Amino acid sequence: MKLPVKMTINGQSVSHEVEPRLLLVHYIRETVGLTGTHVGCDTSQCGACTITMNGQAVKSCTLFAVQATGANIMTIEGLAKDGELHPIQQGFWEKHGLQCGFCTPGMIMAAVQMLERYPKPTEEIIRHQLEGNLCRCTGYHNIVKAIEWAADKMAAAK
Amino acid sequence: MAVTEDRLFGKSIKRTEDPRFITGRGKYVDDLKLPGMTYAAFVRSPHAHARIKGIDVSQAKAHPGVIAVYTGKDMTGVNSLPCGWDLRKEKGIPGVVQDLAMVPHMPLTSDVARHVGDPVAVVIAESQDAAQDGAEKVQVSWEPLASVTATDKATGSGAAKVHDAAPSNVAFKWALGDAAATDTAFKGAAVTVKKRIVNQRLVANAMEPRACVARFDDATGELTLWVTSQNPHVHRLLMCAFVLGIPEHKVRVIAPDVGGGFGSKIFLYNEEVVCSWASRLLKRPIRWTSSRREAYLTDAQGRDHITDAEVALSKEGKILALRVKTTANLGAYLSTFAPAVPTFLYGTLLNGVYDIKAIHVEVTGVFTNTTAVDAYRGAGRPEACYVLERIVDAAAAALKMDPAELRKKNFIPKFSGAFQTQVAVSYDSGDYLGAFEKLLSIFDYKKFRTEQEAARKQGRLLGVGFSTYIEACSIAPSKLVGALGAGAGLYESGKVRVHPTGGVTVYTGSHAHGQGHETTFAQLVGDELGIPMEQIEIVHGDTGQIPFGMGTYGSRSASVGGTAIKMSLDKIKEKGKRIAAHLLEASPKDIEYVKGQFQVKGVPAKAVPFGAVALTAYVPHNYPEGLEPGLEETSFYDPSNFCFPFGAHACVVEIEPETGKVKIVRYIAVDDVGNVINPMIVDGMVHGGIAQGVGQALWEGAVYDSESGQLVTSTMMDYAMPKADMLPMYETDRTVTPTPVNPLGIKGAGETGTIAATPAVVNAVVDALAGMGVDHIETMPLNAERVWKTIQAAKAGK
Amino acid sequence: MYPAAFEYHSPTTLKDVLGLMGKHGDDAKVVAGGHSLIPMMKLRLAQPKHLIDLRNVPGLKGIKEDGNTIVIGAMTTWYELESNATIKSKCAIVGETASIVGDPAVRNLGTIGGGLAHADPAADMPATAIACGFEFVCEGPKGRRTVKVDDWFQGLMSTAVKEDELLVEIRVPAIAKGTGAAYLKFPHPASRFAIVGVAAVVTTDGSGTCSKASIGVTGAGTKAVRAKGVEAALAGKNLAGAGAIEAAAQKAAEGVDVQADLQGSVEYKAHLCRVFAKRAVEAASKRA
Repeated sequence: MKLPVKMTINGQSVSHEVEPRLLLVHYIRETVGLTGTHVGCDTSQCGACTITMNGQAVKSCTLFAVQATGANIMTIEGLAKDGELHPIQQGFWEKHGLQCGFCTPGMIMAAVQMLERYPKPTEEIIRHQLEGNLCRCTGYHNIVKAIEWAADKMAAAK
Repeated sequence: MAVTEDRLFGKSIKRTEDPRFITGRGKYVDDLKLPGMTYAAFVRSPHAHARIKGIDVSQAKAHPGVIAVYTGKDMTGVNSLPCGWDLRKEKGIPGVVQDLAMVPHMPLTSDVARHVGDPVAVVIAESQDAAQDGAEKVQVSWEPLASVTATDKATGSGAAKVHDAAPSNVAFKWALGDAAATDTAFKGAAVTVKKRIVNQRLVANAMEPRACVARFDDATGELTLWVTSQNPHVHRLLMCAFVLGIPEHKVRVIAPDVGGGFGSKIFLYNEEVVCSWASRLLKRPIRWTSSRREAYLTDAQGRDHITDAEVALSKEGKILALRVKTTANLGAYLSTFAPAVPTFLYGTLLNGVYDIKAIHVEVTGVFTNTTAVDAYRGAGRPEACYVLERIVDAAAAALKMDPAELRKKNFIPKFSGAFQTQVAVSYDSGDYLGAFEKLLSIFDYKKFRTEQEAARKQGRLLGVGFSTYIEACSIAPSKLVGALGAGAGLYESGKVRVHPTGGVTVYTGSHAHGQGHETTFAQLVGDELGIPMEQIEIVHGDTGQIPFGMGTYGSRSASVGGTAIKMSLDKIKEKGKRIAAHLLEASPKDIEYVKGQFQVKGVPAKAVPFGAVALTAYVPHNYPEGLEPGLEETSFYDPSNFCFPFGAHACVVEIEPETGKVKIVRYIAVDDVGNVINPMIVDGMVHGGIAQGVGQALWEGAVYDSESGQLVTSTMMDYAMPKADMLPMYETDRTVTPTPVNPLGIKGAGETGTIAATPAVVNAVVDALAGMGVDHIETMPLNAERVWKTIQAAKAGK
Repeated sequence: MYPAAFEYHSPTTLKDVLGLMGKHGDDAKVVAGGHSLIPMMKLRLAQPKHLIDLRNVPGLKGIKEDGNTIVIGAMTTWYELESNATIKSKCAIVGETASIVGDPAVRNLGTIGGGLAHADPAADMPATAIACGFEFVCEGPKGRRTVKVDDWFQGLMSTAVKEDELLVEIRVPAIAKGTGAAYLKFPHPASRFAIVGVAAVVTTDGSGTCSKASIGVTGAGTKAVRAKGVEAALAGKNLAGAGAIEAAAQKAAEGVDVQADLQGSVEYKAHLCRVFAKRAVEAASKRA
């Protein structure tokens, strides 16, 4: 039996009738059609599905769409404003923080929360706050550099 | 090629492909939504080995939303997935001692399931949920059989037989080198050291799970297959010619954005074949995406060698001979390249960077009731390097010699042109001492030994491990690999199409799933043509657009793929010269191409820019007689040899004695990959490779339960991959010894990190424990418990 | 990856929650943060026909002081605990333990109530619960009752909460002056669950003599347990004395039904219990 859900995604209101068992990540990818958020595992380890919900980083594979009704969701597609890249996106580009790109949206969204909570993170904090995001390509070196670059840029802008 | 200010080659340019990835607009296979698309779910064996007594699909078929259910019996006329590498004496393939047992590998097995996850049926439904629910309703009547999973138990008497055609589960036996010379050298040697070295099974775990969408268009008879492939043409050829028997020219295989491969996406798998076949029946698109658990069970796995290695040395530490006996687990079936990995990609690297005069290697490939094993980053070369670097360190310990000194004593002296090894291959160019000395200029080895000693007195365990490696990549000369059993050539294609308005589209048979070819190839083209990168488009991953290519693996894209492009660029420039000569009323041999214009030699003022020549080629009004219009060229480059990157890595570890936990304190890599198009991208390749190499050394390992045959490590909760907080920043540097094999001087870089890092880490751990009398640890990963147990045993004097 | 179908309920009162639980019995599961249950549902290891979501039930969240007790609503998330000023000042160990559960995204949604009711044998907070002496307030159709921690963890993933009850509140005694507390764990490299985790709450007098020690051990066994042997061995000892803590820590594996797995044999995990008991007690006593 389908249930109505209504939420805001990247500033747009969306509403649909969905089966309760529809995971939020599948709602975002298949129903709403925003495929930037990815599925990389079945056990909530990899973080490729990371979005922000009500301002917090959340693994969208680990909740049902019906649980997110009423929420304010941002996915990777909503990060750049008016065509201007977010400093974290820029940092990943500047510092070669991605190779195949599959983990990247989740990494970036995790970094959004990280820099909100730790505006001047040390390398140790960055690495610890990325515990929930796996990358198989980069060895993390340039991801750390990308986030450091973004932190500097965001601090300078203040 | 020296890097100058204007050149793009050698510059760390930001990647052109990044904008779509950082904004979530990459197009991966699972992102595809086609009108009328259906979804596939596979029914898989829960047993490691079981006979299929019957399959009842009636309940599944009746489930709402289910369109069709197929089993192996339905797939009449469909052949086995092919193994693309033969090892048979009658074909004159060198080294074959016992012929490869070419066992069948049906896309849906109908007699016996041979590993957990072996697919036996597929459910096609209107939704993913319905497909999954339907799959649960397929009733398979199983007769469980005894299974064998352990590499060293496969050939034992009484071991379960995986294939009727392979008595004692032997897949092949192979040998290389000079047995007699090796035996003689051992007999006369002052010192011999023998060690058992286990290279454990790994799971590639690219972050994007495998997926495919097969769409058969009944109106045109064309099949389009989108698939997570590193080599779409290979997928098409194998599937059409060998398995489904459908015309190749009616099939288009597209590998769009692919989220990593590391080898696991080279092979032709059951799922894309079944979906392609079913789409032709149902006349609707079918999408299948692997779950991560399915990936653990079905993606080709890596490594899994058990080796007894012996080295013979003089008392001064000169290596005289190497004898290696390896058992290589191939899993339950022959994956596409599988027989090549523990033979020609392994044995031929056992000379390493050392001047060893006599080598003999024997390999027995075995079948077990486990997932098939095939190439995984490095594919055979990590296994070889691991054997060499461990036995060299063990030899140093036996001789009470410094491991750096022992290496220096034995490096092949600097050469260019050729070095003939004892194991068939001839290296292209090398300066192994040079790389090692560069490493030692970055890493103050003497200072470390002092620190280590002081730390030891405080009860702290610090260690350093070296890894001086060589590897063979840029595969490969077609005739050579053909003679070794390859069913395919290993050339690469590169088509350059200049448009009338001066833009350039390059079609490459290489495929990028993280390597950044859209940037690096554009740098190459931009340099050669003197045009800005914005004017260049790199197209890859589509058999409908690109001449036949062999794809990306074996670190071959810049070297082999890049050279094919260069060849086409050279042809373009030659033709351009003829057009320009006509326009300039000069002779073509008086025309040179400099900074984006064709000019009379030495007279820049008398020139025609590239764009004007391009337009003229398509509007051939003022045009040389007898010359065809158009400006596009295709080349196929078949390399004359492999290329041999080499280098020296050092890893410093600290072990927490109470727990055995190993921390990587410092990691330094000096690599010689020949010329480098984009240093930032090559560094990235090295970083990622190091992470995977460290992962193997310390945390990873696919474990099968010896009783049940179940894959115990079948989720990311159990199989430990490196996370950000487990690794340090890496220090990388390079030496540059261009290869003479290709005009770009590029050797290849994608796998060096993985090859070098594993032994560097293990050597460091052993070095940290050397003070307790430890000279070897047989098995990886060196997780905390294993290290702790080693310490306890050492303390107890074992 | 695709859970079995279920009916979803999002009640807005506790009474409705209990009513649904009563009505559907074994066919229903309650979901709090979802980060233990939903992964199981995705693998179809759990297939509840009814899912009762607690997210819209008021009164289950919040951190407040009630005299010397900190009262935590069961739906309070790990991150809320990690970042809360009252927790930091009154029972910092709770926030510190919360800060190393899972990963940052998991901590935003995972709840203390969900974690303590689910009682994964390798979860972190159970050890801290034992060491701190948490009290568990359960509400059922017959009203509220409070369960002490020593009665809470009963077996493998089973707690004292009854089938018709909901854990609604956790009561934590404030850490008194002269008492130090610490939780340390040896994490599984993949899952980051505790291979072994030890929480120690240690009270010493001015001279460093231990008057009370409360130690919880998680990870190695089928449930978190109180390390009574360690507690007894510490009582009355001067912790500053050479080897005193280490000697007491030797008893840390007693009463733990150590389970061998890929990360460790029984011998190794028992050893880790002793190592981490020593470290946790040392850290706690430094803070006392």
